[in-house]
Formats: sequence, C-alpha cells, structure tokens
Amino acid sequence: MQHSQNKVSSASPPMPRSPLQEASGDRRPTGSAPVIELRQVTKRFLTPRGQTYTALRDLSLSVAPGEFCALIGPTGCGKSTTLSLIAGLDSPSAGSVLVMGEEVHGNDPRIGYVFQTDAVFPWKNVLHNVAAGPLFRGVPRREALERARAWIARVGLAGFEDRYPHQLSGGMRKRVALAQTFINEPQILLMDEPFSALDVQTRTLMENELLQLWSALSASVVFVTHDLEEAIALADRVCVLTAGPATVKGIYTIDLPRPRNVAEIRFDPRFVQLYHDIWEDLRDEVMISYERAKHSS
Amino acid sequence: MSEPNTLLERQQSSAHPTAETDSAALAALVRRRRRRRWLINALRLLLLVVLIGGWELGARLGLIDPFFWGRPSGIWQQLVTWVLHGTAQGPLWVQIAVTLEEALLGFLIGVVLGISFGVLLGRNAFLAELLGPYIKAANSIPRVTLAPLFAIGLGLGSQSKVALAVVLVFFIVFFNAFQGVREVDRNLLANARILGANRWQLFREVILPSALTWIIASLHTSFSFALVGAVVGEFVGSIEGIGLMIQNAGATFNANGVFAAMLILAAVALLSEIVITALERRLLRWRPSALSEVTL
Repeated sequence: MQHSQNKVSSASPPMPRSPLQEASGDRRPTGSAPVIELRQVTKRFLTPRGQTYTALRDLSLSVAPGEFCALIGPTGCGKSTTLSLIAGLDSPSAGSVLVMGEEVHGNDPRIGYVFQTDAVFPWKNVLHNVAAGPLFRGVPRREALERARAWIARVGLAGFEDRYPHQLSGGMRKRVALAQTFINEPQILLMDEPFSALDVQTRTLMENELLQLWSALSASVVFVTHDLEEAIALADRVCVLTAGPATVKGIYTIDLPRPRNVAEIRFDPRFVQLYHDIWEDLRDEVMISYERAKHSS
Repeated sequence: MSEPNTLLERQQSSAHPTAETDSAALAALVRRRRRRRWLINALRLLLLVVLIGGWELGARLGLIDPFFWGRPSGIWQQLVTWVLHGTAQGPLWVQIAVTLEEALLGFLIGVVLGISFGVLLGRNAFLAELLGPYIKAANSIPRVTLAPLFAIGLGLGSQSKVALAVVLVFFIVFFNAFQGVREVDRNLLANARILGANRWQLFREVILPSALTWIIASLHTSFSFALVGAVVGEFVGSIEGIGLMIQNAGATFNANGVFAAMLILAAVALLSEIVITALERRLLRWRPSALSEVTL
C-alpha cells in the first residue's frame, strides 16, 4: 500500500517551485530515492515502574525529496517519538531510520526541528535567537547577525530584533522559532505540532507563511499534528497513525493544487471529500485512544 | 474605585472624550499609587519610631532593664564612641574591613565551588547518584559546629573564618546550581543541539543561563551566611573583627555594644543585598520584569 502511494507522490511533483528550485535541484537525489525512510521501526521505553511501553511498532514510512508529509494520529500515539528518531535525538529499539540513505547517528546538520512548545531561548533577544544556529555552526559573527536580520525581516519581525521572547506574543515567538530553524537552510524540516498553542486566526496566518517559506526552501517536511484540517491544508500526503503503539494505518495523497491559501482551501469540495475519507480512518483510532484515557484515569 | 469613575463621567462631556478620559484616568491611577506609596513610607517610619521610642521609654521608666537589654540612646552613644575613638581592638573601620574581607573571600570561594560542583553533578547523573547520600549527610550537619575545628586547624587568623564561610555558602549555592542545571528545559537543550551547538556551547548558551536564575536566587541568602560564618568564626577565636567586638561586649555585660555591632553587621548585609540585586537585574535582564521586581 505504502509503495504504491510513494509512486503516486513522486509521479506528480508536489508543488510549483519558486526560483530557488533551480539552485536546489542538483542538491536533491535524482529519481524518487526517499529523503527519509523508516523501516519496520519499533521504539520501546522503560517506564519508571520498570514496565516496557511500546510507542511505535513496525512503523514504515518514507518521504520523497521536497515532499510535505503530515503525520496524524490521536494524542499520545507516538508521533513526536517518530520525529525525535528522525532527528537523531533518540534511537530506535528495532528497525532502521535512514536519512538521505544513511542510518541516523546523532544530530544531522541538514535537519531542522520546530518544537511544539516554545523552544526559543528566553535569555537571548530575537536577533541572537535567530542567529544562534549559524553562530553554533561557526559562521563569523557579523555574517551570522546579517543573515539573522534578513530572516527576521522575512518572517515580519523587523524592528523587534532587541526584544526578548517574553515581550512577544505567541505568534511572534513562533515566527522567531521558524526563522531560527529556516536560517540553517535545512533540507529536512521536522515540525511537532508547531502551531497547536496558537489561536485559530494566528494559526491560519502562520500556516500560510510556513507554506511560503517552505516553497522557497524546497525542503522535505514531516509535520506532526492532531488536527486533520491542518494536515490536509498543508500536506502533499497525510499518514494516519494508529493509537499507540503507532503504526501506519493509511496514507492519503492530497491532490489539492498549490499554491494554497490555507484559510480558503477548506471550502474546496475536494478538501471536504478528503477530510471525510481520512476522518473515517482516523475516527476509530481517536475512539480507541479516548477509551484508553478514560479507563486509565 | 469611585474616584476614576467620577473623573470618567466628568470627562465624558469634553470635546475629545476618549483620549482625555484615558489620560485623566491614568493620572488618577498614578496619583493613587503615589499616595499609597507615601502612606506606606509614613507608616513604616511611624512603626520604627513607636518601636524604638517604646524601647527607650520602657528603659527610662524601668520596665526594661537597660543593663541586660540595652537602650536605643545607649546604642547610639556606643556607635558614636566607636566611630570617634575606635574600639578596644583598634579603629572601627579596620574591624569592619576584616570581617567583610573574610565574608567576601568565603563567599567568592564558596560560590565558585558551589557552582562548579553543582553543574558537574547536575550534568552527570552517575556522579550525582554516587555522591548523593554523602552530600545529603554532609548537608544535614549543622555546619557552624565546624568552627572550633577550623580554629584548631587553621589558627586564629582569617583563614579559619574564610573556611567556615566557604562551607556555609557552598551548600546553598551547590544545591541551587544542581537543581538549576537539572531543571533546564529539555526542549531548549534539544533545540540547541539541533541548531548545531556542541557540548561547550550547550553549556555556555543554554545550561548556564538557565541555571543562573536559581544560582542568583541563592546568592541573596548565601552572602548573609558568609557573614554568619565570618562572625561565628571570630566568636570562637580571633584577634580582630566585628565578631570579636560582639564577643567582648557580651563578656563585659555591654548590651548596648552587642546591639551596636549588630546594627553595623545589618548595614553591611543590606549593602551587599543592594549589590547582589543590581547584579541580578543586570544578568537576568531577559526575564519578565514582574518576576524580578517582586521583592520584599
């Protein structure tokens, strides 16, 4: 099932590309060699009581170059675990995780990660938060700050360079986080429910901005969410995960045209159809996880 | 509440209602806050006068025996004598300088050691687990009891006082640094690592600034403990210092002298508190102001 879906997504290029595509064209592997590949991945944790908890079971997934892939599943099903395995923050108990054809070992500089909660450094102002990546990686200070200023302007925060995170709104902090990640020009972008803490209006704005930034960067994205609307509006492909232990239940290709306007695409009949189809699949998992939560409490 | 309301109503009739009512309401608010400030200061002064005056009056009326409990005018006279004619051990400022130097030195050494060990154990779970019980045991000892030991081992000079101050300061700073390092947000660590930070950058840019909130909070208490260390060390055996002045005053039934020396110590502690608060403001600029301004 998954293989046939892969072919679909690689046969139809995910989206119209910006001028930057030419520059990044040679960077990408030819053909449809996946950028991220999870093969039969299982992840177990040891709970404080000494029992094992299986977060992922035999999860297989691959993401094509430049593809925007959304992972959706009920709360606590192991979506975040999947991301941390790809990012090299954690290692699988069984199976293998490959990035650009190589087994993941520790941190990969080609990967960017946007966290669910605020992960901007509260003791750094906006400028130094955004410049952190290049500075960590040894870019000369002046150049790093210059690039940071450009990115701050790009996410619409020009004039806020001296502010500290606590002086910004949630949406602005998220912009800082995006600029902080994008400045490193990652080829793989992992996003863990990045907008879940924002109010609905801000969220739609940020989703549109993310699509714009992404189209200029041409990175492969794995976007974790529990919001089906968000998943369909943003992604080329939506993977439904089962209630923990997570494994892939179904993969849906989202054939909505790009560029998309996240606020308006929800009224597209095709969107409604897709929503209906995927929800059929997702509903059972949500119910299972809900029942479990009820019993455990 | 009623005042802004009437102001509001009065301003409704004017030409530019909203802007002017806003500024008027703001002015009323500022005025109210200023009045409150003034009232509190006045009441504080009154409280001081009542307490000191009551003490003095009690002493004069014979309700309080000034031989045992001293009296404010006597304390003041003692202070004047010390300032003008010096103490039995020499000039007053030398005594203050000696004690302050011991406390400061002990404070600095204790802080550096406390932060170093706190960070080391906070980052190394194995070491923390290994040494945990011993550190808890050491912490449960009332450490002022080490004073005679230091006096025997290090003599009557300043070393024994510094050592006592170090021991007192160390544990406070150590536990705070340890906790601060352990409380570093995991997301921030992961984020820094993904952004490309190496181990040293991780420490300098994430762990240390995060733990600094805790460490600085501990500095407030630990300087007073450094003073306690110096003074108690001087009690046990010394040739100069404020501790010795208190010791002498006690031995000669000079209650006023004990109180006067206490006042000097309090002034020193208060001064150091101001310095540390300024340091805190500077190092923790990034924190929301509400957090750092709530002080007693």
